[in-house]
Amino acid sequence: MGTLFTILLVVILVVLVIYAISQYNGLVKRRNEVEESYRQIDVQLKRRYDLIPNLLEGVKKYFQQEKDVLTQITEARSQAMQPQSPGEQAQSESRLSGAIGNLFAVSENYPELRSNTVLIDFQEELSSTENKISFARQHYNDSVQVYNTKIQSFPAVIFARAMGFTEREYFEAVGPERESVTVSYD
Amino acid sequence: MSEAANQTSAGREFEGTFRDRISKNKRQSLFLMFGFFVFVLVFGYIVGYAWVGDPVGAIFGVFLALIAGTVSGLLTYFAGDKMVLAASRAKEITHEDAPVLFNVVEEMKIASGLPMPKVYIINDSAPNAFATGRDPEHASVAVTSGLLEKLNRDELQGVMAHEMAHVGNFDIRYAMMVGILVGTVVLVSDFFLRSLWFGGGRRRGGGGGGGGYIQLIMIVVAILFAILAPIFARLLQMSISRQREYLADATAVKMTRNPKGLADALAKISGDNEVLEVANRATSHLYIINPVKNFEKRAKSMFSTHPPIDERIAVLRAMGS
Repeated sequence: MGTLFTILLVVILVVLVIYAISQYNGLVKRRNEVEESYRQIDVQLKRRYDLIPNLLEGVKKYFQQEKDVLTQITEARSQAMQPQSPGEQAQSESRLSGAIGNLFAVSENYPELRSNTVLIDFQEELSSTENKISFARQHYNDSVQVYNTKIQSFPAVIFARAMGFTEREYFEAVGPERESVTVSYD
Repeated sequence: MSEAANQTSAGREFEGTFRDRISKNKRQSLFLMFGFFVFVLVFGYIVGYAWVGDPVGAIFGVFLALIAGTVSGLLTYFAGDKMVLAASRAKEITHEDAPVLFNVVEEMKIASGLPMPKVYIINDSAPNAFATGRDPEHASVAVTSGLLEKLNRDELQGVMAHEMAHVGNFDIRYAMMVGILVGTVVLVSDFFLRSLWFGGGRRRGGGGGGGGYIQLIMIVVAILFAILAPIFARLLQMSISRQREYLADATAVKMTRNPKGLADALAKISGDNEVLEVANRATSHLYIINPVKNFEKRAKSMFSTHPPIDERIAVLRAMGS
């Protein structure tokens, strides 16, 4: 009788430990997904910065008379790349978008530019990168939602906080179409 | 087919069922492989018996079937996607070959959080698309050149989101295995029936009596088996993907947040009258819209591989409003 009880106790303990381990691993996996999707946003932001010099090089010769259009973009880009507060970041990102938009507006005045493949490619790559930034943010929010729900639900809610799993903040868009990093990341 | 019943609420219901769908697909794939193996072994037994005329022949048949079944099973799992792509004459592309397509796939890869699939183009003017592979790490998406010509960027994005949804919930594994294993069953049965024309079994001369009877029965059973197996295989293929299409449509909208793109794409693809020449009976169920024309009108019932396109579009339009 005594041995049977001991065996039962050991079995229950083993099951509990396995359950706790799988719960913990599940939380770690979700947290890593959140972090990975956050990094993806940075990857795409950086891609936009990297894209600009290459593609500006391609259209440079068409903009001999309108050099300031190009310098505006270059300046806005280097400003956006400075480390700064989320609010400032939002502003300089929007300046960069404005400067790029200006380039496309000016190019409308040059008929030979409208069929220029470099410019068309430029437009496609930039708009796709903007899409990627917003999809990366959307996916970040999705994974934050899954993660937060998990640590707010039973049974994780009992131990998650004590083990350092804390809720992440959602990314919120600042303006109607403004994409800036306003995620606090702890 | 109660699966088709909750079609209109698919948009709201799929959220919680996503994980279930993945494990269901994995389970069904395993079950399919098992069923294929049983078919091959039974077929090997019967044909072995019918051919040689005694139980030793049957065991020999099972032995051969075991080897053939294992090889074709492994080939299907690990190289099925390459077979499907080769049969569709799809060419792999990079960003330079088709920047817009590649960018759109990358966007949907980011939105879905999946690894980047390989991207293929099929040189055919009929607009269509499919995804294949054994898991998201080994996935490929293929579109026809006609699709690229006829769809605008938003529509293309909707189609690629739909395909990435198939990738993400392991529909691609099940569909790939159904396509090739069904094709194999049909091929083997066909081969056997044809071989009967050329002399059949080498019957033992004076075997006489009971042995001969059993052999005769086995030959009849083998013929019946070879006729019925492909029919069952086809029914299996035809009944798989109705619920999957609704779910993939709904997941696509969750990724793009733009039901209009996919709805317009479906309308354009289904309204197109060109015939996709590379599609055949083994691959037709992979495509976003059944490439075998007039099929849907004939078989709106449970045997259709795709839900009626008008209903899919209606569900998407309802999400948009």
